[in-house]
Amino acid sequence: MAETQEYRRPVPKMRGFAAEFYAYCKQHELRFQRCTDCNTWRHVPRDMCAKCGSFAWEWAKSSGKGTLFSWTTAMQPMLPQFADLVPYSPVVVELEEGVRMLSWLTDVEDADLQLDLPVEVVFDDVTPEVTLPKFRRAG
Amino acid sequence: MYPLKDQACIVGVGETAYTRGSGKTDLALMLEASMHALSDAGLRPHDIDGIIPPPLPSTSEHFAANLGVEDLRYAVTVHMGGASPVTSLQSAAMAVACGVAKNVLVPLGWNGYSTMRVRDMGNKSKGNGGGGSGAPGALANTIGEYYLPYGANVPVQWYAWLATRHKELYGTPDEAMGTVAVTSRKHAQLNDKAYMQGRPLSMEDYLNARWVSKPFRLFDCCLETDGAAAVVVTSPERARDLKHDPVYISGIAEGHPYPADDIPARPDPFTIGLSFATPNALQMAEVDLKDLDFAEIYDCFTYVVLLQMEALGLCKRGEVGEYAQGNRFALDGELPLNTHGGLHSEAHVWGMNHVVEATHQLRHEAGERQVKDAQLGLVTGWGDFGDGSLAIMRR
Ligand SMILES: [Zn+2]
Repeated sequence: MAETQEYRRPVPKMRGFAAEFYAYCKQHELRFQRCTDCNTWRHVPRDMCAKCGSFAWEWAKSSGKGTLFSWTTAMQPMLPQFADLVPYSPVVVELEEGVRMLSWLTDVEDADLQLDLPVEVVFDDVTPEVTLPKFRRAG
Repeated sequence: MYPLKDQACIVGVGETAYTRGSGKTDLALMLEASMHALSDAGLRPHDIDGIIPPPLPSTSEHFAANLGVEDLRYAVTVHMGGASPVTSLQSAAMAVACGVAKNVLVPLGWNGYSTMRVRDMGNKSKGNGGGGSGAPGALANTIGEYYLPYGANVPVQWYAWLATRHKELYGTPDEAMGTVAVTSRKHAQLNDKAYMQGRPLSMEDYLNARWVSKPFRLFDCCLETDGAAAVVVTSPERARDLKHDPVYISGIAEGHPYPADDIPARPDPFTIGLSFATPNALQMAEVDLKDLDFAEIYDCFTYVVLLQMEALGLCKRGEVGEYAQGNRFALDGELPLNTHGGLHSEAHVWGMNHVVEATHQLRHEAGERQVKDAQLGLVTGWGDFGDGSLAIMRR
C-alpha cells in the first residue's frame, strides 16, 4: 500500500512514547500500553495508569479488531497536503481491548460509514521510516 | 453554601468594533476594549490591580505597562481556549472576594480573521507551524502525533466526532442544528455591532449551504473576526460608588472532560467540561434552570450548543433534537438564546462578547433585543477539546 511518489502529508513527530508506538507499527504490530499491575489498557500513551496509579506497563499487542465509534467526513481541505484527498474521513475506532484511536478506513465509502461497523487493522508504510495503522472492513 | 456567591460583580464592559481587517495588534485591540470597559465602570486605568489576559502572546506585564498599573497584585492566565473568559471571571471573583485584588480587568481579543485563523491550526505554509504547533499546549502532543497524520487538525473536525456519534445514536435532525444558526442570525439583526447585521439567514439557506466537515455545513460554523472585549470585576461594596448597577456573579464554575487532552479516549464522549461545572454553578447561585431569563451559550459550532444544552440539563440526554425546535429560543420565547448573535453572527472573541451581552441584558440596556425584565442569565464557555465553564449572573 506504500505510495510510490514522495509522501507529502504530515507524519507523526514521533517524540517520546509516540516513537515507541510507531516503531511497533513499522513492524506491522499494533500495540498499546497496558498496566502490568491492573491490566488496564490505555491510549494515548501516558506515564502512569490512571486507574491504579502504577508506573509499570508494557506494550501489549492488540488483536487489531474493533468497531467504528465515530467519524467526520472532511469536505473542505484545511491543510494543503490533504487537498487532493477531499472528501476523506478521519474515524474513531474502538479496539476490542477498549482503547480508541483515530485512523482512516481503507475500503469503506463515506456513504457506508455506520456505527459499530466491524473493522481490522492494516498497516500502510507511507515512508521508509513511518507506518500508519489504518483499518478495513472485517468479515 | 458557597462563599463566592454574589461576592463579586461586573461593573464595566467594553468592546472594539468587530471587523475583518482591524489593522491593529491583538494587544492594541484589547487595550482599546479595556479602556472602554474602564470608562463604562467609571474607573481609571491605574485603579486596576488585577489582570487576567487570555492564553495568547500578550501578557499581564504588557497590559500593566500600557495602562500604568504600578502595583499589579494579581496576574494569572487560564488555559482553556474558549472556556477561558468565563473561567477567568471565576478567578477574578475569587481574587476580589479574598481581597487579593480590588479591581480586576479581564480582556480578550485577537485578529481571528486577519492573522490567526483557527482553520490554519497546524498549517506550516500559513506560518502556523506543523505537528500540532499552533494548537494549545496541552493538545499539541495528541494532535501532532495521533490526529494530524490523518488530516484532522482543526476543531470543526474534532467536534464532529462528538456530533456524528450523538446524531447517529439519537437521530437529532439537521433542523435542530439549524435552529441555533438561524436564531443567532435573527438576533444579530437587532445588534449594531454584529458582523452579520443586515445579512439574514433562513432555515432553507442553512440547509442548502455547502459542507465543511460532516455533519457540519457552512453555517454550523461560527465567524472568524478581528476584535476585542473586556470586563472589569470588583466587589459589591466598591460597585456602589461606580456608574452602573452591578451585575452579580452569583454562581460560577469550570469543568474539564476526562481525559481533557484526547477526545476518542473518553469513556462517555458526551460528558463534557460543562457537565461537571453545571451542578456547582447552579448550587452556588441557588437557582433552578427554570428561573433563567436568557442563555448565552458558547457557539463555536451549532452542535456544540446542542451538547451543552444537554450538559446543562435543559433537556435529557438524546432529546435535544426535539428540544431545539420552534420558537423556544426567540427573544420572547421560553429561553432566549445568544441574544447578541453569538460567535455565529456577532463576532468570535472567545465568548467574551457573551459576557458583555449578558451584562447589557441584566442592566436592561440591550435596546431592541432586550429580553423583557431580565433578572437572571447564564453564560457558558467551551474550549480546546471540550473544556467548559458556566457563569450564573443576576442584576
Ligand atoms: Zn493499573
